[in-house]
Amino acid sequence: MSAPSTPEGRRARPSIASPEGRRARPAIATAALLLPAYAWLLVAVFLPLGAMLFFSFLKTNPFGSKAPLVFTGAHYLAFVTRPYLVDVAITSLRLGFWTTGICAAIGLPTALAIARATRGRVRQTVFLLAILPFWTNGLVRIFSWTMLLRQGGILDDLVHLVLPGVGSVGLLYSFPAIVVGLVHAYLPYMILTCYLAVAGIDDALIDAARSLGARLPTVFATVILPLALPGLVSGSILIFVPVIGSFMEPRILGGRIGVTMGTVIEDQFTQAYNWPLGSALSFTMLGIVLAIFALFSSVLRGRLAP
Amino acid sequence: MSGVEVQGIRKSFGGAPVLDDVAMRFAEGRFTSLLGPSGSGKTTLLRIIGGFEAPDAGTVTIGGADVTHTPLWKRRIGMVFQSYALFPHMSVADNVAYGLHRQGIRGAAARAEVARALALVELEGFDARRPKQLSGGQQQRVALARAIVTKPRVLLLDEPLSALDRRLRQTMQVELRRIQRDSGLTTIFVTHDQEEALTLSDRVAILDGGRIVQEGPPAEVYERPATRFAATFLGDANLFAGTVRDGAVATPSGPLRSEAPLPAEGAPATLAVRPEKVLPLPAGAAEPAGFNAVDATLRQTVYAGATSTLLLATRDGDPVKCFCQSRDAPALEPGAALRLAWSPTHTLVLGG
Ligand SMILES: Nc1ncnc2c1ncn2[C@@H]1O[C@H](COP(=O)(O)OP(=O)(O)OP(=O)(O)O)[C@@H](O)[C@H]1O
Ligand SMILES: [Mg+2]
Repeated sequence: MSAPSTPEGRRARPSIASPEGRRARPAIATAALLLPAYAWLLVAVFLPLGAMLFFSFLKTNPFGSKAPLVFTGAHYLAFVTRPYLVDVAITSLRLGFWTTGICAAIGLPTALAIARATRGRVRQTVFLLAILPFWTNGLVRIFSWTMLLRQGGILDDLVHLVLPGVGSVGLLYSFPAIVVGLVHAYLPYMILTCYLAVAGIDDALIDAARSLGARLPTVFATVILPLALPGLVSGSILIFVPVIGSFMEPRILGGRIGVTMGTVIEDQFTQAYNWPLGSALSFTMLGIVLAIFALFSSVLRGRLAP
Repeated sequence: MSGVEVQGIRKSFGGAPVLDDVAMRFAEGRFTSLLGPSGSGKTTLLRIIGGFEAPDAGTVTIGGADVTHTPLWKRRIGMVFQSYALFPHMSVADNVAYGLHRQGIRGAAARAEVARALALVELEGFDARRPKQLSGGQQQRVALARAIVTKPRVLLLDEPLSALDRRLRQTMQVELRRIQRDSGLTTIFVTHDQEEALTLSDRVAILDGGRIVQEGPPAEVYERPATRFAATFLGDANLFAGTVRDGAVATPSGPLRSEAPLPAEGAPATLAVRPEKVLPLPAGAAEPAGFNAVDATLRQTVYAGATSTLLLATRDGDPVKCFCQSRDAPALEPGAALRLAWSPTHTLVLGG
C-alpha cells in the first residue's frame, strides 16, 4: 500500500502553481459579476437601514418641524419604561418558535416525499402546489383564512358535519389562528430549503445504512436528519425573522390578542407617527433575534462536532 | 458465512425484462465474479441478493435459508457500493462503527472492532478524518472496512474498483483478495473488467440477456467458452464461420479442424481461437504437423511494451488478431504476407 499522504499531496499542487495572470483575471471578473448585487444591497438595504438607525437616536420625528435635531438613546430603553412591551416581545418570539417549528415538522417530510417519491410531471405539480402561497396576495390569503376559521365558518360547518353534537368551533382571533396563517405563508421557504438539502442525499447512503442493519426510523435519525440539517437551519432563519416582524397575520387573524412587536412597530410608523421609537424597537428586536441565532448556532456546532 | 443460491429469478422494470430466470450457486467462502456488458442486470442481481430490491419471481437462499422475503436490515450482508456511499457527516471511525452500533455493540468493544477493521485495510490513524478528506482508494478501503466489520454472511461488491487508477486498482485487487481469504467471506464481485475477473476469482459467471450464459473456474470459462458471446466478451477471439464437411469446418480460409466435437455433417459451425494461441509464421513456411493454418496479410502491429498485437486480414478480408511477445514479433511492414498456425486443441467450437 502506498504512503497515505501522496494522493492528497499530488492533488493539492496544481492550484498553488497556477501563474499570476491566470488568477488576476478571474478576480476582476468576479468583482464585476458581484458589483450589481453589492450595489443593489447598498441602495436597497444598507441605506434605508442606516437611515433607520439614525432616526432611532432622534428625540422626535424629523419631518414637518423646523426644530433642530435632538439626539437621545431613550427609545432603546422602551422595554424598561414600557414593561408591557416585554409581554408583546414574548408573544412575538412564541409566534416565531411555533411557526418555525410547525413549518419544520411539515416542511421536512414534504420535502422528503417530493425528493424521494416523485419524479417528472408529478414532482413539478406537487412543487407548484407547495409554493402556491407565494403566488397569492397576502391579504387575500389571510382573509380567506378568516372565512375558514371564524365561528360559523367553513371549518365550523365541517366539524358539525362530522360531529353534530359539539358546540361551535371558532379559532379566529386566537394565537393558533395567527400561527395557522403564518405557517401557510412561510411553509414554502422550509419546503424549498429542505428539498435542496434532501435532494442531494445519495440513495446509496440510505441503502448502505439499511444494509448495515438500520431500520427506517434509525435511517431517518442517523442519516437523513443530519444531512437535512443545513436545509432546516436556513429555512428556520428565513422564516423566523419575518415572522417576528409580521403584522398582517396577527392583526387580521389575532384581532384583539394579536398585539405583537410587528403590530406595535407598524403602529409607531403609521398611527403614532413616532418613527424614532419604531426604529429603536426594530433594532432591539433585530438584536434579540441575532442573539437567539448566536445561541442556536453554538448549540448546533457543539452537537455536530465529534 | 454461507453459500448463496438464487433460483428462477425474474425481474423487469416497467415491462422490460432485465433478469430472466437466473439460477446460480455462489459457493461458501468463494470469490465469484459476475461479468457482463453494461445493462445486463449485474447490479440488479446483486441488489436482489442483498435485498435492496425484490424479485418478481424466484427465490434467494443464504446458507440454506430462504431469505427472499427477509427485510434488508435483517439479512446480514455487507455491501460495497460503486460510489462507496460513505456517510459524509461522520468520521471514518463512526462510518465503520455504524453497523456495530446497529447490532448494539458500543463503547470499548466497538472501538476495538473498528480499530481491527481499519488495521485490516491499512488505514490506522485515519479514524478522525471525514470521507471528503480521503483519496478515492482510501474511501474505498473505508467502505470495505465498514462492510466487513459487522461480520456479514455474504460480501457484495458492485464494481468497487472502477473509479481507481490502474496502479491503485492492482494494489486493491491484491488487498481485496487477501482480506477475502483471511475472512473466508462468500463474496460476489461485479466487474466490467475481464482481466480483474480472471485474476481475482475462484469462479466467474457471465451474464447476458438476463441469463447466466456460462459459469465456472476462470481458466475453464476462458479456455472453453460455451457461446460466441462468452468467447468474445471474456478475452479476444478470432472467429471462423463455415460448414461441417469431412470432420472439419470448411471456411473461406480453408478447412479447419478442432478436437472438440463438431455439429452434424453439413451444419453451419463457428470455430474460434484465442489470439495468443496463434503462431505467426513466415509466408510459405510449413506449419507444425496437424495444425490449422491460414494465410493472412499484416495490417498493423500494435506495440504495447511487453507484448505486441498483430492485426491481420485473411484472404477474404476478415480481421484476425495475434498476440505475441514483443521479442518474438516479426519485424514486418504492413502488407507483408504471413501464415498463421494453431493447434486443433486450441480450436473452440462455439454454440449460439
Ligand atoms: N430502478 C430502475 N428502474 C428502471 N430501470 C432500471 C432500474 N434499475 C435498472 N434498470 C434497468 O435494468 C437494466 C439493468 O440494469 P443494471 O443496473 O442491473 O445493469 P448493470 O449490468 O449493472 O450495468 P452496468 O454495468 O452499466 O452497471 C438496465 O437496462 C437499466 O436501465
Ligand atoms: Mg451496475
